[in-house]
Amino acid sequence: MKKTTIQGKSFIQGTANGVALATNEPLSFWGGYDWKTGEIIDRRHALSGMVAKDKILAIPFTRGSSTTTAVLLETIRAKTAPKAIITTATDFFFALASVVADELYKMPIPLIAVNENDFAQIKTGNHVQIDEQGKIIISE
Amino acid sequence: MTLSLTSKDTAMLNGEFGPATQMAMKILVRMAEVSGANELIDIVGAHIDSTVYIGDAGLEFAEKLASLGAKVSVPTTLNVSGLDEHHWQEWSVTNQWAKQAHRQMIAYQSMGTIPTWTCAPYQTEYKPKFGDQIAWGESNAIAFANSVMGARTERYPDLFDVCCAITGRAPAIGLHLTENRAGKILLQLKNIPLALQQSDDFYPVLGHFMGKISLERIPVIQGLEYSPHEDQLKALGAAGASSGSVAMFHIIGVTPEAKTFEEAFQNKQPQEIIEVDMNILRESRKALTRTDNENLDLVVLGSPHFSLAEFKHLAPLVQRKRKHERVKFLVTSSRAMTQLAKQAGFLDDLQNFGAQLTVDTCILTSPMLPKEIKYLMTNSAKFAYYSPGLLGKQITFGSLKDCVESAIAGKVIRDESLWR
Repeated sequence: MKKTTIQGKSFIQGTANGVALATNEPLSFWGGYDWKTGEIIDRRHALSGMVAKDKILAIPFTRGSSTTTAVLLETIRAKTAPKAIITTATDFFFALASVVADELYKMPIPLIAVNENDFAQIKTGNHVQIDEQGKIIISE
Repeated sequence: MTLSLTSKDTAMLNGEFGPATQMAMKILVRMAEVSGANELIDIVGAHIDSTVYIGDAGLEFAEKLASLGAKVSVPTTLNVSGLDEHHWQEWSVTNQWAKQAHRQMIAYQSMGTIPTWTCAPYQTEYKPKFGDQIAWGESNAIAFANSVMGARTERYPDLFDVCCAITGRAPAIGLHLTENRAGKILLQLKNIPLALQQSDDFYPVLGHFMGKISLERIPVIQGLEYSPHEDQLKALGAAGASSGSVAMFHIIGVTPEAKTFEEAFQNKQPQEIIEVDMNILRESRKALTRTDNENLDLVVLGSPHFSLAEFKHLAPLVQRKRKHERVKFLVTSSRAMTQLAKQAGFLDDLQNFGAQLTVDTCILTSPMLPKEIKYLMTNSAKFAYYSPGLLGKQITFGSLKDCVESAIAGKVIRDESLWR
């Protein structure tokens, strides 16, 4: 089993451990993520039909609607959220959902930004382990 | 970089302005730190998109702020809600949804806001001025405010807009700052016939492509030989903010921060130059349609919300005509615009045609469409973009005239002459 370690920047700190669901295509959660089930429902998106609940979601950044944050907050409350999200830059929309989830429910989810080359190493199905300092261990 | 706060910011954070302001400031400060801001700035207005009812978490957030006594400190308009407050019973909205969505409306209204209930606040009397620092939610409104009005807002998500409205502050980041408002990529229109540039369906199609190609980079459009009117610019921005993350665009010679090429790019060179020809536009137009046949159950107009000028365009198209009995024809708009259209006499023609009106919300934010309605047609790139995923409906994109003629024929008809 090949292991790769990459260092990211934890913009919302936390630990997570799970299977990756990865794409290089940005996504709007509004119209793109069904908070009741965790399914990706943007029918124009490469991950359409996949379920991101309890996965480590690797998505470069959010796109489109300013309602993405509200949808991610609903998923956290409904327990259909990804365990953590890895992006290519600090994502304000995701960060806010995590900050508000912390404020309302004490349930933030970890968010980590990595550079684009490192991001490309994360493939759907990989096992991913994230620590407090933003270190990510990818196992194929 | 560390965030420095004024003594008033700190007082808000410490609860001296009450618990609601404290909660809003706590979120604001954490987000300012996440985004690397070194200070907060004053805003003169806000537009709250958090009014859209999604589920109980958003409602709990609103009611928590309201119960703590939250009041906005700057003039604040409200985006669409999840409910046409007075006409929801005419559609498939359940009692349960209506109850929850209405609670959310009440919560935001209790904060001293202006109940505009529209996604086109820039077409109300509360629109901002050039150079105003504002905190707006709703992607299409953000694009319009920055690009067409020259007001300054970052692309703010739901839940954050209200925190800015309560505190009157926003992080000094992104599009609040002059240097971040420069164009990054150039879209050069090549051999696009003038007749197409003048048509209303050109702008959503161009906007859809603009969003896809730009992603988060500010696009600059060059080569437009016609000065588009307000609703065409609105359609352009809404399309780009749906297919991409366009929070600002420039059109050389048209938008206020792009009088010249040099001004649009702030004397720098574009990172990328893209030629936009008819092939690209035809592809983009094709991508807005997702259906496998010509069936039609509902024509829906008004995303962003229909303006008075759009009612004025529509009225003569439907005058002395009647839609096919099997097809529904819906226009979504704001209370204010509908009232103005009524006073101007535009609604009589619509009513005789068999059209229905919905205010406060739209088909994307209220579960109003019954299951039997499967095939939609629209002139809005935003409806076209989101309907398949959010509603599971098939949809055809066409011009305003195509939409009217299809509603009369009872099946999809499109005039292809401008697109050949």
